[in-house]
Amino acid sequence: MNTQDRDRMKKLLQQALPPIEGEPEPGRDLWPEVLRRLDAQPDAAPALSWAWFDCALLAGLVGLAALFPAAIPVFLYYL
Amino acid sequence: MQNEPSSVLDRFRQGELDAFETLFRLHRQAVYGWILRIVRNPATAEDLTVETFWRIHRARARFQPERGFEGWARRIATHAALDFLRTARAESELPEEIPLPPGTDPAVAEEIRRKTALAFGRLPPKLRIAAILAVVEERPQREVAEALGISVAAVKLRVFRALRLLRRDLTSEGIAP
Repeated sequence: MNTQDRDRMKKLLQQALPPIEGEPEPGRDLWPEVLRRLDAQPDAAPALSWAWFDCALLAGLVGLAALFPAAIPVFLYYL
Repeated sequence: MQNEPSSVLDRFRQGELDAFETLFRLHRQAVYGWILRIVRNPATAEDLTVETFWRIHRARARFQPERGFEGWARRIATHAALDFLRTARAESELPEEIPLPPGTDPAVAEEIRRKTALAFGRLPPKLRIAAILAVVEERPQREVAEALGISVAAVKLRVFRALRLLRRDLTSEGIAP
């Protein structure tokens, strides 16, 4: 695709989806919704889910190392 | 987006709600505008702004004040919008009225616009975001790269692939760009 093609595509796209001018504002105050969201979904859960994921990953690696001990040097090489 | 005193950033990182509200008030308009440019629907952009600030609050422990809030918030907003595009139905609302070049048949122009918008909506979300920010909105490629967490070269590649796919799709629809 050359520069002319790119310019034609750009023009076509901007006619179909015109650029948004200026700095639009939300139509309502969103802070109360942010507060409701924080109350409804406190941030302890993601940390817990990551901890579970980390544990599962570690268990998988330990299992792999136990089954295939010869793979340990290869794994350490790529670490 | 505006700058904020480092004490506010430090207090936000420590979990103080007042500091978070200060940052929300300072940056909500910029975050909303950024998301609106991607999703192009005000109601969806408002919902995603709330989602973004929730994610920001959740990730506050990983925030590095020395790198600034603006770019970090924009990156989280971009990923929230990307998650939305991945699950949303491919559709694009057409704008109301656009001045046409003289001698253009309005019905034909409208059909081309409609098909272009629909074809654009069928692109993979990652390509769509890169194209809409870099080509339609003409944002600097470095800014787009930072928001997507990729290199400038990767942005160029995504834009190239988006335009090539779009042209192929439009050609199959009988439109020769």
